[in-house]
Amino acid sequence: MNNVVNLEELLLIEPYSLAKVKKEEMLSSELKELTKWHYKKSEKYKKMMDAIGLEIDNISNYIDLPFLPVRMFKELELLSVPKEDIVKTMTSSGTSGQQVSKIFLDRETSAYQTKVLTKIVASFLGKKRLPMLILDSASVIKDRAMFSARGAGILGFSMFGSKRLYALDENMQLDIENIKSFLEEHKGETIFMFGFTFMVWQHFFKELLKSGYKPDLSNGVLIHGGGWKKLQSESVSSVEFKAKLHDICGINVSHIHDYYGMVEQTGTIYMECEYGHLHASVFSDIIVRRPIDFSVADFGEKGIIEVVSLLPKSYPGHALLTEDEGVVIGEDDCPCGRLGKYFNVIGRIKNAEIRGCSDTYATKFK
Amino acid sequence: MQQNLNEITFLFSELEKLERVRDISPDDIFSNSSIAFLSALSSELIKSPGTKQFSDVATFAFFCRKANLFALKKKYTEESIRLGRGVIFHVAPSNVPVNFGYSMVAGILSGNVNIVRVPSKSFEQVEIICNAIKKVASKPEFNEIEDRLFLIKYDRQSGATNFLSSLCDVRVIWGGDDTIAQIRKFAIPARAYDVTFADRYSFAAINADKLVKEQNIDKVAEHFYNDTYLFDQNACSAPHLVIWTGKMDNIKNAKDLFWNAIQLKIKEYELSPKITVDKLVSLYMQSQDNVDIIRELPTDNKLWRIKVSQLSADIDQYRCAGGYFLEYDATSLTELKTIVNRKYQTMAYYGYDKDDLINFVKEMRFNGIDRIVPIGKTTDFNLIWDGYDLINVLSRECMVL
Repeated sequence: MNNVVNLEELLLIEPYSLAKVKKEEMLSSELKELTKWHYKKSEKYKKMMDAIGLEIDNISNYIDLPFLPVRMFKELELLSVPKEDIVKTMTSSGTSGQQVSKIFLDRETSAYQTKVLTKIVASFLGKKRLPMLILDSASVIKDRAMFSARGAGILGFSMFGSKRLYALDENMQLDIENIKSFLEEHKGETIFMFGFTFMVWQHFFKELLKSGYKPDLSNGVLIHGGGWKKLQSESVSSVEFKAKLHDICGINVSHIHDYYGMVEQTGTIYMECEYGHLHASVFSDIIVRRPIDFSVADFGEKGIIEVVSLLPKSYPGHALLTEDEGVVIGEDDCPCGRLGKYFNVIGRIKNAEIRGCSDTYATKFK
Repeated sequence: MQQNLNEITFLFSELEKLERVRDISPDDIFSNSSIAFLSALSSELIKSPGTKQFSDVATFAFFCRKANLFALKKKYTEESIRLGRGVIFHVAPSNVPVNFGYSMVAGILSGNVNIVRVPSKSFEQVEIICNAIKKVASKPEFNEIEDRLFLIKYDRQSGATNFLSSLCDVRVIWGGDDTIAQIRKFAIPARAYDVTFADRYSFAAINADKLVKEQNIDKVAEHFYNDTYLFDQNACSAPHLVIWTGKMDNIKNAKDLFWNAIQLKIKEYELSPKITVDKLVSLYMQSQDNVDIIRELPTDNKLWRIKVSQLSADIDQYRCAGGYFLEYDATSLTELKTIVNRKYQTMAYYGYDKDDLINFVKEMRFNGIDRIVPIGKTTDFNLIWDGYDLINVLSRECMVL
């Protein structure tokens, strides 16, 4: 299979090193090729594109390329390679009863996901592997046949750990004794912590608070993701989250990094910088669209988040309309120095409160 | 049993009276006292300041006025004896504010004691109507109404549905297939039955040859808007498919005329961001079917038109709320034969002769389509609804030979 997208070249440069004009040019040409690839290889994708009357040769900029709602991966099995080439199927963490997304990965796409994730995270953690404290329980990765988003996240980030400890036992209880000896063993080293935002708050911070144990993690770096929905319902802001964690374990607030990402575009995550902004790397981009006509919103204007990524080749997920609301703050001029767009995620789009005779609309379209 | 009842909130009347409903005598259909009460309610609503704000409340008040009730009464023969079946338990839909009122009116006019579960969401319209009912009922000549009408709310998880079902002679269930399935888990007495309003599908048919000559296209657009966008194109009577007939060039011109007028009209429509995503999902799902479809290039996301190359039997599966229309150019309305099934409720029409439509329906003998009404009239309440004659279905005839 020849390379549709020249990822190898991109892997050679720094992940936040392309300024607007160059990045736009690169994304436009590469994403257009990907669109053509999927059109050729996926019958289902082709039918969708034909329904909107896509004429790919008339499109010059990637912002004009069609996008699929992420929900399509719950409704349909979408892949652009023969089924026998699939080595891994990722699923979203749907609650019981809900349909889950199915993302089909071949060897190549899966390998690039790992490489790109490594590249992005290394720019925050450094290239050296670090002792890693996983703020979750080992039980979430036990079933390796089907990767849940939480399990996949932990496994994906585990490659940055030299020695690893799960901070929670099978019953989601904080394993204080083992944490103590782990930290003793790695005294003076940088400790990499990883977990899902809500788990970090509920099972790490709150449990530490209850126990009275204040570990010394002043050398720690925390990467967390998975969204703020549950914490918003407890009215915990990002600033408070960081401040409270600093209070309990001494971690420097500028070493706490949220990330935005989804199982439908694993690898190309958006990391939070020390100024609280999420950043698009050279491998992907974010476009905020106005709901009224899907036109591109201005900087500072709220809209629906579209994510584009150069990695999805075994499935047509290179341009996806999420169900998240967000706002692009700016491009190339974040005080942290990283180039590319930087943004904030506001939350999920509100469920439509619509009129009509049938009571079931909201549940049908969750 | 008692604990179930404590969970019921009474918006009108009280628990003590509810416990005695089965002892209350039925009334004749269109009894003088029913008409007097409803017309008093109509006057009260017309006076009340809230009514002006809500066109649906105003329409309801207008429906209940004395002249209309007497006109309706005329259609029912006075030679037979018809009495209410007894106790009607109405489960109103949760997202149409005034529907409970019409269900109640049908129950009152057919001579019954009515227990009405109003929408769970709080709507000002419900409040306005409840307050007007209380005011009218406080007059001495209407003090009996408290024995015959109950407006209630309760948590769906509570056992109240079970209790109320066991009391009733007819259970009227609005709110679609899922609600019907939920409510049907609870038994009703042996002689009782359910009148159900299931999920339905509706469409429009437009004669392009007539539309191109229309002098007031904005009026037609306004009517169509009221049929669709006014209830987010999610009322069971809202068209999802537009069938065009006529000469080819007329169809082309009529479409331009019609949709341009709609585009102007929907400036006032507020589109939910979630629906825009739903539309895209719907379109892509529909594209997987084996019928070629193409979306007309939209001006914005408020109006999406999808041209279908043929009418497939499952076309009613592909729908979305909030302005998603399939379009088909037909050689004649007889092509409907391939799609109409039991789910079909309303055909909204423009530019066809009523007598021709009557003959058409008689000839086609469809399994579906219960209402064929001019565009603009799809949401008008009628005592004939979903193919039921509500007065007859909620009353019984006593035969004396």
